[in-house]
This record gives sequence, C-alpha cells and structure tokens, in this order.
Amino acid sequence: MVELDDYQSDAENQWCPGCPNFGILKAMKNALVALAKRPDEICLVSGIGQAAKLPHYLRCNFFNGLHGRALPVATAISVVSPQLTTIVVTGDGDCYGEGGNHFLHTFRRNPNLTLIVHNNQTYGLTKGQASPTTDSGEKTRLQFEGVTISPLQPLALAILHDCPFVARGFAGDITHLTELFVAAIQFRGLAYVDVIQPCITWGTHSVSWYRDRIYRLPQDYDPHDKYAAMKKATEWGDRIPTGVFYQMDEPPQLFGEYFRANSYEGALTALKFPSRGAIAELLGQFKTAKQRGEMDRQGRGVV
Amino acid sequence: MMVDVTIVIAGAAGQGVQTIGYVLARTASGAGYNVFAWQEYESRVRGGCNSYRMRISDTPANSPLSRADILVALNAESQRKYRPLLKPEGILIDEHETGERVITVPFARIATDDFGKKLFANTVAAGALAAVLGLELEALTAVIADEFAGKSSEVVDTNRAAAAAGYSSAKRSCEGVCAWTLPGRAQTHYLVTGNEALALGAAAAGCRFIAAYPMTPSTGIITLLSKHKERLQIFTEQAEDEIAAINMAIGASYAGVRAMTATSGGGFSLMTEGISLAGMTETPIVIVLGQRPAPATGLPTRTEQADLLFAVNAGHGEFPRLVFAPADPRDAFHKIARAFNLAEKYQTPAIVLSDQFLADANFTVDDFELENLKPERFLATTTELTDYRRYLLTETGISPRLFPGQSEQLVCCDSDEHDEYGHITEDLTLRKRMVEKRLRKLEGLRDEIQPPEEYRIREAEDVLVGWGSSRNAVLEAVDRLNDQGNAIGMVHFTELWPLPRFTFTDGPRYHLIESNATAQFGRMLRSEYGLPVSSTVTRYDGLPLDHEYIMEVWQHG
Repeated sequence: MVELDDYQSDAENQWCPGCPNFGILKAMKNALVALAKRPDEICLVSGIGQAAKLPHYLRCNFFNGLHGRALPVATAISVVSPQLTTIVVTGDGDCYGEGGNHFLHTFRRNPNLTLIVHNNQTYGLTKGQASPTTDSGEKTRLQFEGVTISPLQPLALAILHDCPFVARGFAGDITHLTELFVAAIQFRGLAYVDVIQPCITWGTHSVSWYRDRIYRLPQDYDPHDKYAAMKKATEWGDRIPTGVFYQMDEPPQLFGEYFRANSYEGALTALKFPSRGAIAELLGQFKTAKQRGEMDRQGRGVV
Repeated sequence: MMVDVTIVIAGAAGQGVQTIGYVLARTASGAGYNVFAWQEYESRVRGGCNSYRMRISDTPANSPLSRADILVALNAESQRKYRPLLKPEGILIDEHETGERVITVPFARIATDDFGKKLFANTVAAGALAAVLGLELEALTAVIADEFAGKSSEVVDTNRAAAAAGYSSAKRSCEGVCAWTLPGRAQTHYLVTGNEALALGAAAAGCRFIAAYPMTPSTGIITLLSKHKERLQIFTEQAEDEIAAINMAIGASYAGVRAMTATSGGGFSLMTEGISLAGMTETPIVIVLGQRPAPATGLPTRTEQADLLFAVNAGHGEFPRLVFAPADPRDAFHKIARAFNLAEKYQTPAIVLSDQFLADANFTVDDFELENLKPERFLATTTELTDYRRYLLTETGISPRLFPGQSEQLVCCDSDEHDEYGHITEDLTLRKRMVEKRLRKLEGLRDEIQPPEEYRIREAEDVLVGWGSSRNAVLEAVDRLNDQGNAIGMVHFTELWPLPRFTFTDGPRYHLIESNATAQFGRMLRSEYGLPVSSTVTRYDGLPLDHEYIMEVWQHG
C-alpha cells in the first residue's frame, strides 16, 4: 500500500509561494499513489530550472543533472534498469531550448519513459527572459522591444516525429493532470506531457488568462489521426486545448528492444564480469593465424 | 635484427592501399614475423595521396620508421610524393618505370588483360610485393581467401589468380635484386590496433554501456563493441552529439553499470560540462580521448599529443579525475581496465588518452597477460546501511555508492552543491566540507598511480622523457643512441594524472619528447616535480614520432 505521505520529502522547497508547480507536484504524487508505485521503484531525472528542482520535493530516487541534459541521462537509465519507472521533469527552457537536440532525437528512440515539461513560457530562475515558447511580441526583461522570433511548436514537433503519446495538461487542473500522468506513466514507450504552468512572478500572462482559454479536448476527439492531431496541437490564442492529442495504436519499436531480444533481457546491473575464457576467445580472433578480415575494417572513417 | 624491412604502399584513396597493406600485414604476421603497420591518409573518400606503412621484423619493434626499403606506388602522383622516403638501396615497385632498382609490374594492365577488370590491380600489386619480400605465395593466397570469405567463389578465385600473376611477374625481375626472404616461422602473434585493444579491454573490464558520436580516430571502439554487442552483452548507442553521449554514459553509470564514451578533441570539448557533472555527482565514467591535430577540425586523420593539458584540466570547477595514456595495445587493454576499476573505486571520471597513431596502427602483441586482469566492483552492500546518504562525509572522501532499484534505499544525485543525502544546499559550511570531501579522494588515488617506466637509467647522462604512444619510438632511439656510444636512458609515463609519487634522479640531463608544439608535459613535470628540462624534441606535423626523427632532432636540433 502506497500513500501520499510516502512521497513526503524533507528538503526545503525553493519555489515561489503559490507557484502552479505545486499543482504539478500534487498531481504527480496522486498519479504515483494511484499506480501504487513505491518510491524505490521510481527514478526522477531532471536538468536545471525551477521545474528541475521537483525531484527534491518528492521522495524517490533521482538524478538532477545538467541544464538541458535530462533526456540522455534518463534514456540510459531506462535501458540499463527497465524495471524502474523513469520520469523526466523539465521545463521549457531546459527541454526545448538548451536540450532541443535531445528532445528531437528522443522521439526517434522511443525510450520507455515519461517526459513532463513544465511550460511557463518564460525563464523563471534567471528572472524573466523569453523562452522558446514565449509568444511573438511579448515584452520581457531582456526582449525589451518584444520577442521578434517565432515560438517553437513542441507538441506538433513530437507528433510529426511519432512520439507515441503526446498530451498537454494545465497545472491549475490537478484532477485532469493526475489522469494524464497516470495514462502517461502506464504507457509503454515515450509519453510526453507538456504542462501549462503560469509563472506568477515573471509570466506575461496571468493564471486567469490561461484559465479563461483552456478547455479539454472533447470526448469524441480522435487521438489516432496524426495530421488532425498536429493541427489541433498548434491551436493557441483565444482557445487552448488540453488532453491527449496523439496516441499511436502501434507504437514504434521501444528503445533497447533489439538488445533485450538478442542479448540480455533484464536489468544490466545483474550481469557479472565476463569470464577470462570469454575474453580469451574474443582476443583469439585477433591471432594472425585465425584472424578474420572483417575485424580491421571497422572504424576507419573520415570525420 | 636479422629481418627489419619497411614498406610504403602509396596511392589515391579508393585504390586499395589499405587492402594491400592489411593483406600483406596479415600474411607476414601469419608467417610468424613481428608486424607493425600504420596509415597516414587524407580526410577524403576518393583521390589524394595515402600511404600504408609496414615494418616487418623478426624481433618486436612496434614503432614506425620513416625511411623505406620498398615503395609500392599505385599511381604517378604518389610515386613522386613518397619517392624521397625510399632509401638509395631500396626497391621501387612501379607500373611503368624501369631501372636498376625498380621492379616493373603493370598492375592495371595485368588486371585488365588477364582478369577483365582494373579492380584487381591492387591484388596484383599485393602479389608483387609478396614476391619482393620473399613471402610464400600460398601464405598470401590463404589470407586473400579469408579476406574475401563471404564473396562468391569466382571473386575469391580471381583474386587468388591475380595475386599469383603479380607474384610471378615480380619474381622474375627479383632475381639478384631483392635480398629479402621471409620463410614461415612457428610464432603466432596478435595483430591488433589501439582502438581494438581499448574496446576489448573495456569489454574485459565489464563495461556494459557505450554511447558515442562518430569521430575519427575513435569511432572504431564503439564499432567493434557494437559488432559483438549481443555476445558481449554491451549496450551500444550512437548518440546525436557528444553531449548526449557523455550524459548517457553518466546515466548508465548512475543506474549501476560500467559505462564509457569515446571521442576526439572536438567532441571532448563538448563533453567537458559532462566531465564536471561526473565529478560533482561522483559518477564513475571512462572517456577515451583519441587525439588528433587541432585546433578546431585540424587534421582529422593525422596524429598529435596536444590535448594533454586540456584533458588534465577539462571541466569547470575542482574535482579529482584520472588521466592515463597507454603506450601500445597491450598496455591499452590493461590501462582501460584499470581506468574502469579506479573510476569506480574513487567515483570519478577517468580519461584514457589515445591518439590517431595508437588508435589506427596495427601492433604485434605476443601475450595480453590475461592473468593480470583484475576487474573489481566497488558498490556498497545494502545490508549494512541505514539512513542511506549517497554523499556521506568520510575520511577517504569515498561515500557508499548504491544504484537505484538495488534496494529500498533511495539514491539521490545532484549537480548542484548538495548535502549528504543529495539534496540542494546553500549551507556554505557544508559546501566547504563537500569540496574537501571530493578532493580528499585525490590523495588515495595518487597512491594507486603507477610510477613511470625507467630504462637504462643507471649510467645515463641524458634521459629522454615521454608519455603515451611514443614509448616504443623513444625506446628504440635510446637503444640506437647507446649503440652509438652515448649514455642515454628513458623515463616514460603512461599514468599522467594525478602524477605518480616519483623522484627524478639528480645528475642526468632530462629531455622531453612530445608530439605537440609546446611541450605540454614539460609544464606538468616542472610544476609537479620541479624538473629542469634541458631540451625538447617536439613534433606537430601530424606524423607520429619515430626513432629516426627523435635522434635527428635531439642530435642536430
């Protein structure tokens, strides 16, 4: 039996009082309790930013690494220890800006992990500069004349690249967000949830600005139609949809599946050192009498 | 040495220079000789001038010579470029040229006329070279059959016939001109490159994860591991960039397995933040840095030892790390295994410095001494732990390391300054204690470091000091200089950081031998040991150090 208190962390919370991040934290705890995951079965991975501090406030295993680099760390954890529930907690600057390249290539890999992006359309920790998702024209503490470049469309980007589960939630709707997290964590493969998280200190929009515009995708919305999902994912402005935009019926091969099928199925941590005999056999291929030609031609390439 | 012959095979990229060279290297090695072979090639897929250099000897050499006894020229341009390397008494094997010390074999014409395709010209040339060397034709054709195994029997048979045609064509002209003969001997050897040895050593050390971005000259390491991943049970991944590669390796190591990455200078530059992360989170990883001439893209396919100070200092902030630079493949095999052991024991990054020369060259190894391989793991046992603290302050600086999922204990790591549990802290007293804890590990680490190899030191008036892959060239220079009546010794380092506890004997003059322009190791030796350096021999034209170069520069400046 897992209870909310099992996730209670003793670390001092550094978020601003009243920050919608607390809603995301609550929803995540709710989801983990609903799924009966023990703290030691969970591994949170984060980068840098206010969102990336979340692992300190939820008692479990965690690796709080570098700015932008949570995804490669988590991808490796997910193949080394497939039994762990690996969840990346990141923000719009961390994931879409600094870590943009990893964001793109993680879609291609489809590792079995959940990616939660706190998207507040601003840089909070560095005090109010534009983020990759800040709307054009918004004036910030650095873009004084207003942002002149276009915002990134991360959800559409994910759908285009067949990220097999793509959703958006709202930090102000904890019930709905909990449902999305439960579905994402249960999903086998890469499950991506962008969470609208108004920044109450630096944001250019108020919480009510978002609340007035946000609606849930209707019951009859079909998340299996890729190009309709992409179109829906770009809807922004007067109306902002939330819910599961895209879910593939037949997700692409899971990252590491070939290895698990052909080499070793379980957690790689269970493997012992190779025997001396196995190493001698491997070296034997380089004995000139028995040598096979193929061994040499690897690796001589030009940049 | 009774037998010591150096061959240069030269031609354009795409002409099969490497194939001829490698087939001959295997043939001579299979015949029981010590073979050392290296390549210098341009960063292109077709055209240009490339060469495959091979040294065949009856006693171990494992270092290059620049002057050639035999030059095989596959086109006119490369004949012009490499002719100056041929000794006056040397033999030229050429398609068109005739002369006293020239064996004329029209490779392309024989290939086209007798075998229908110009494609076979390089096999004809391989046959001609085997004849000039006095190798047995059957030894060559057996290697050719093995090389082309998997192709149709027609392809195999035609190549064997083409080799035989080249062999007999050259044999006729060789009478009374070619002095070499290489009858089969009973010895068997390993013929192996530095990259292969590093990959095999990593596998032997229980590495379970490698992520890397392709970059010359280190690509061969992940390629070899990927080829055998199913049997070796090593997960391999081509990352989207070097930043992802090192972060994946760190993630895998945090998750509880031995993990590595491999790159060259440019990629290593991108990895430096990750190295700092490994230092802060105390996550063991091994990074192979295959050096090539820089700055920036530099000379992608050539060699240099100019990333030493960079490796020693890479990453922001202060934290312990290991830097090793193996001398040759046998050493590389054991050195990377040691790097895995010590990185894990001290929970810190270990950098193995290779270079294009070591990475790509084929060396002869008699014995890998597997009995000296001692892989050890250093994970904490969970039974003795209550109130687990990943960063427990200890006397040695080493905290108990568990991995997530190993037990009910939670494993929390942070790139921010953290408390003993791994949580962010701004407690500045604690910050100070954490810095000191991390740096304390360096003391234990220093005790583990092996002293440099000393050779002919007793009587020496002059001592040549080098590091890494130049070892065999320096050793040969020392022997030759002693033969000439000098009293010369060698001190050679392969474990560079932390520098070992070591005392340079007072008396002899010390001379630095380095493949870089600024004698970087000299700066380390001065600051660590206060060593006065009398002179330096540096090389930074992209070619490897050889004993002739060392002797020439040392004696004549």
